Formats: sequence, structure tokens, C-alpha cells
Amino acid sequence: MAPEVLLATFYVLILAAFLGYQIISRVPSLLHTPLMSATNAISGISLVGSLVTAGAHQTMVSTILGLCAVICSTTNVVSGFILTDRMLKMFKRRVAPPPKEEK
Amino acid sequence: MEPRTLLTEFSYIVASVLFILGLRGLSHPESARRGMHLAEIGMLLAIIGTLINREIVSYEWILVGLVIGCAIGLPMGLMVPMTAMPQRTALSHAFGALAASLVGISEYYLHGAGLGPIKMPALSFEVLLGSLTTTGSLVACAKLQGILPGAPLTYKGQNIFNLSLLAITVLCFILLLVFPGHAELFYLMLFLSFVFGVLLVLPIGAADMPVVIALLNAYAGLASAATGMVIGNNVLIIAGMLDGGSGFILSIVMCKAMNRSITNVLFGAFGSVSETASASDGEMQATNIEDVAVLLAYARQAVFVPGYGMATAQAQHVLRQLADALEERGVTVKYAIHPVAGRMPGHMNVLLAEANVPYSQLQELEVINPEFPATDVAVVIGANDVVNPDARDNPKSIIAGMPILEVDRAKKVVVLKRGQGKGFSGLVNPLFFKPNCDMLYGDAKESLTNLVQAVHTA
Repeated sequence: MAPEVLLATFYVLILAAFLGYQIISRVPSLLHTPLMSATNAISGISLVGSLVTAGAHQTMVSTILGLCAVICSTTNVVSGFILTDRMLKMFKRRVAPPPKEEK
Repeated sequence: MEPRTLLTEFSYIVASVLFILGLRGLSHPESARRGMHLAEIGMLLAIIGTLINREIVSYEWILVGLVIGCAIGLPMGLMVPMTAMPQRTALSHAFGALAASLVGISEYYLHGAGLGPIKMPALSFEVLLGSLTTTGSLVACAKLQGILPGAPLTYKGQNIFNLSLLAITVLCFILLLVFPGHAELFYLMLFLSFVFGVLLVLPIGAADMPVVIALLNAYAGLASAATGMVIGNNVLIIAGMLDGGSGFILSIVMCKAMNRSITNVLFGAFGSVSETASASDGEMQATNIEDVAVLLAYARQAVFVPGYGMATAQAQHVLRQLADALEERGVTVKYAIHPVAGRMPGHMNVLLAEANVPYSQLQELEVINPEFPATDVAVVIGANDVVNPDARDNPKSIIAGMPILEVDRAKKVVVLKRGQGKGFSGLVNPLFFKPNCDMLYGDAKESLTNLVQAVHTA
């Protein structure tokens, strides 16, 4: 890896960390569980690395390791997004027939 | 750059932007779902972008992996009950970390010393963190599921043993940077990381799991980001850092909510200590359903304080029915949510949302605490430490300084509890002995069901 590439990679790393901090600190504690499952699903993007490992067909060992990695990441992506959506669907401002409100 | 590669890179950039927008949507419940749909599209684009990559020469194993992954993921996503969210989250951290670790192992297996002085540290970091997160999360999952005992497993010299093991692992890591060709060092480090993950989580009690889960989340994210550095993939770095950052922020929030440091959570073996609580004189006063029902029915404002006990009793739906019954009578109902109530960040919110409680009624600690003096009845359902006034009044208590829900300032407190035993942390709770506190013994779900009946007739 050339030094320029490394530098660029570090840029991405640091900026992503900073951005992550900014965005995540805005998430209310109300949504912390969906947040966890959402970031989990998103980090299932490691699937793209696993896909290359499984499909590059270099040796039997690396293909098998890649296959296992693909299974793990796919599971996370699929279940993560479904669960997040299931949870977020439940958060409602008011229930359909609004119960008596007083204040 | 050939067009195909360009297309792949382009799909990654778009995916990164969509992920960021998706997480930004989570800043409000109204925009959250739309945000997540954006993230889903981003994921799909990135996967398609990868599949057209020229490095991929055969698709059969990829297809097998995707099909098996969906076969596990679909039922898991559709069927896991909300009460099992902590376990399932721990499990998914294990999967994510394992994937990162496996890709790392494969890269080392293929290239070995040829990785060079820049990729090698990232790769070792990835494998070390990935492996310890995998086993650590599996242990956390087993504890939350009740396969392993939830209480901390401790033995003499545990911290010294664990720290030396960690030291040896780190030593392997450093040696590996100097002698990248020595595969035995790599596999030794891999093995030790797996073992360390188990030993790290075993001494941590189930009540401390919110912090541990958040921390493991951070590790899993960092391992993914390191994978991105190894294979030179920016979208992986970005998503990994978002995941890791979120984990760290949540661990800090959780630690603050318990007034403890992360080191204390990891090495303190909380809950195994039987310390001396402030002398609590007086007796706990038991009450009955009818009295509580009358109290509630004629209150102006009632505040419910749910804890892990509500989750284990699956009492959230009945609680909602009780709240409905009270609201029909003109009682203002609110729910006070402590950040560490339950077994993971936000656990109580999800359970109550599942029971159709509108989120405007779910109040955070800072908002609800000033309201307790004006509250007629505070009902504590299966929560203990988060309402323990010792944290505020007794500087010697081990939970001193932990922010609590000040239910003892309410005019009347009713505590729903299984029996007279101590809570999980083994602490005596002086709240239970206060003159304005009554105990309602029995299963939370049963008591609440009876209360609904009694409120209707009150």
C-alpha cells in the first residue's frame, strides 16, 4: 500500500469516526435498541469483504473461510434490517383512537 | 481504472451516503423507518456493486452463503420476540465479529508476510478484536438466555490471570508485527483472543450487560473498520466506524447512568460483593390489590417505573391495559425510563412500544425526576437498583452517585416484587423500608392483571 493511499484511508477513518459521533449522539435514548440493531445491520456491510474472499477462488481454505463469513454477515444484514423495521414500526406518537388526554 | 471497478466504487460511495442518512433518520422516531429504508437500499447497492467486481471469479459458493445466511436471518428477524432482543443483539455481534475475523484469517493465510508493514497491524488488530468479540458475545448471549448462570463467575486471582493472558496476546500481536512470517504467532494470538473473550465476559453479571453489549458492539464495529483497511475498502471503514462509534457512545451513556467506569464494569465483578448497605430499620409493609387499585384510581398522576422484572414477567401488555383503565378515569399516566433499566440500552422503550404505549409517555430520567413530588403514586415494576435512594443518600454505598429515579419523593410508592429477596445486585434497598412505600408481592403480570380488574370496579 502506497503512503498516499494509507493517508487517504486514514482520512476516511477519522472523518467517519467524527461523523459517527455527531450523528449517533443525536439519537434519543428512546431509540437506543433500534440503533444498536441498525448499526449492526449496517456493519454487516463486511459482507462485501466476505463476498470477495468467498468468490476469488484462490485456495480451498480461503473459500471456506469466506463462505462462513458470507453466512455470518448475510444473517446479520437480513435479521438486522428486519428486526430494526419491526421495532421502529412499534414506536407511535399516539394510538389510533387517541385515549383521553389531559393536561 | 476500468469501468467495472469504477461502478463498484461508485456503488460504495452511494451506499456510504445512504448509511449516514439512514442513521441520521434515527434521531427521531418519525423519520427512523424512512431512514432505515435508505440504508437498506445502500446495502443492496453495495452488494450488487461487489458482485460485479472482477476479483470474483466464481459465484457458486457466494450463492450458497447468501442462501444459508438468509435461511438463518429471515426466521431470526421475523420471529425473535422483543423480550429476547438483548440475546439476539449479543449473538449478532458475535456473527459480525466472526465474519471480520474470518476474512482476516483468510487474508493472512493467503498472503502471510507479504501483507507488508501497513496492512499487517490492521489485520492483526482485526483478528484479535474480532475473535475476542466473537466468544465474548457468545458468552454474553448465553448469560442473557439463561444457558449460563447470570451471576458473575469469579475465582481467586481472576483479574491477574486475565490480564496476564491479555498481556501475552498483545505480546504475540507486537511480535507478529516484527516477525510477520511466523504463522505460529498468528495462530497463537488467534487462539488466545478466543479464550480471552470468554474469560472477559464470564465475571460480568447480567445486570451489567447493557454496558458489555455496547462495548462488544464497539469492538465488532472496529474489527469491521480494520477489515476495511486491510482489504482497502472505504465503505467498510465508514460503516465499521459508525458501528464502533455508536457502541462507544452507548457504553459511555450506560456507564454514566451507573456512575461507574468501564474498567470497573469489566474487572469489578459487580454483584458478587455482599457489602454493608445503610442500616435500614423499620419493616417492609405489604399491601394488597384492592388498596393499590383505589390508590391508583383516585390519583391525579401515576408514574410507572419498569425494570428487568417487567421483561421477565412479560408484563408490558397488561401494564398498558392498566394504564388505559387509569386514563379512562382521568389519571395522567407516565412511564419513567432509567437508561440502564433492563439488559440493553433502550430495552424498556422497545418493550413498551411493543405494547402500544405512545412514545410521548416514555420519559427520561432528567425529565421525570422533578415530577415525582407532584406524583400521587409511583409504581415500580421489577426494578430495584435504579430506584435505590442509597445511590443518592449514602456515599458509602457501592452504587453511590448513580443517577436514580427518585420515586421515594412521590407521595406514595408501590413496589411490585416477586418476594422479599434482594435484587440482582444483592443490595438492600432502603426504599422498601420507607414509610411511603408499600410492597405488592407476587408475579408482576398476575398482580397487574388483578389490578386492571380492581381499578375497573374501584
